[in-house]
Amino acid sequence: MTKSLDVPPKGGFSFDLCRRNDMLEKKGLKAPTYLKTGTTIVGLVFKDGIILGADTRATEGPIVADKNCEKIHYMAPNIYCCGAGTAADTEAVTDMVSSQLQLHRYHTGRESRVVTALTLLKRHLFNYQGHVSAALVLGGVDITGPHLHTIYPHGSTDTLPFATMGSGSLAAMSVFESKYQENLTREQGVKLVVEAICAGIFNDLGSGSNVDVCVITKGNKEYLRNHLTPNPRTFVNPKGFTFSKKTEVLSTKIIPLKEKVEVIEGDAMEE
Amino acid sequence: MSIFEYNGSALVAMVGKNCFAIASDRRLGVQLQTIATDFKRISKIHDKLFIGLSGLATDAQTLYQRLVFRHKLYQLREERDMKPETFASLVSAILYEKRFGPYFTQPVIAGLGDDDKPFICTMDAIGAKELAKDFVVAGTASESLYGACEAMFKPDMEAEELFETISQALLSSVDRDCLSGWGGHVYVVTPTEVKERILKGRMD
Repeated sequence: MTKSLDVPPKGGFSFDLCRRNDMLEKKGLKAPTYLKTGTTIVGLVFKDGIILGADTRATEGPIVADKNCEKIHYMAPNIYCCGAGTAADTEAVTDMVSSQLQLHRYHTGRESRVVTALTLLKRHLFNYQGHVSAALVLGGVDITGPHLHTIYPHGSTDTLPFATMGSGSLAAMSVFESKYQENLTREQGVKLVVEAICAGIFNDLGSGSNVDVCVITKGNKEYLRNHLTPNPRTFVNPKGFTFSKKTEVLSTKIIPLKEKVEVIEGDAMEE
Repeated sequence: MSIFEYNGSALVAMVGKNCFAIASDRRLGVQLQTIATDFKRISKIHDKLFIGLSGLATDAQTLYQRLVFRHKLYQLREERDMKPETFASLVSAILYEKRFGPYFTQPVIAGLGDDDKPFICTMDAIGAKELAKDFVVAGTASESLYGACEAMFKPDMEAEELFETISQALLSSVDRDCLSGWGGHVYVVTPTEVKERILKGRMD
């Protein structure tokens, strides 16, 4: 039983609390709801590469938990990935694969390929049989050209010229289906992506706030965070809130902080 | 009833000008029965880093012990304190490790980073980080706290005004939540000092 010591783990999931949690659930205590990205995420192929788009709302049940979150995740310098579903899963799975890709680049000294990212992602998701609920739109430009894929939580994948995911996918797809054409210019592409995300923001309750866009071309990428903010705050009191009566305080303890002294010994270590 | 509502809690953190405040209620209950009225949900990790753990109190305390352990290991190995961002990633990783059998707790992390830049963040029970520039809330009173903070918060407040704002937001929110209350516990942290105050509140 020496293994059970609480040393930093090497990775993988821990199932210690499952039995207790099942017991609690059987006693009638409801399991919690997790942070979700209700989400509209889209991607399309244009003349010179890939454009990805996302809204910025995160929800917890019916509550808006974050009004401006980031859903376009970094995978590699030439690959980005939009995530929908349980926020922790999309974040963890994209972080994990982006680390694997970085290590692979160190090993081979070559630019990562989109299919590599795709395979790593779908293999992980298939392994967990849909319990890791991440729905992804993966896009990037590599040596073999631009690629756009969608990945479902169970591990199936599609390769498409234009794709949508999340609760707002139907609204966004209606825009793509009526307006998408081959060989769009950059301006036309960004405009179409913004229009599709806006369709999600305004017609799907799970999506909202701002539009993030990421344009990936050969050897170049542009991450346009909050490219469009169609929902600014309108209810701000310019004077702000002031409180007439002081809050009643029972006790106060003041702890002064000492200045930390930095001791520099010898030469700085070489990187 | 949700497992998060078993003990009841209210947590909030706000950012000011080169400072931050983190506050909680003081009630520990078992469903509708109150067990303690001086319960501490906010703990210090180091001088300029605090964590509040809402949700199931047993898990909050277990998780806190693991976090202190990991922070002490880090201090020994690196001979420095953890940055708030680093600590948030640590908490996130520990929570996500238990993705399929989670701790029923929602943390709120607040700290001063390099150049005394304030950092606040919250997570769900499985470690999905939510970074905010203004305020974060957690616990059974989170819904009313969202409303109060959304109305009362102003950017770049000085320490005293920040204290007043966070206290009023907390007290008015817990008055609309049966499961939390019995006063408040507020920490206001500036680069030079930590002010810890205990607030008087309704006792029903």
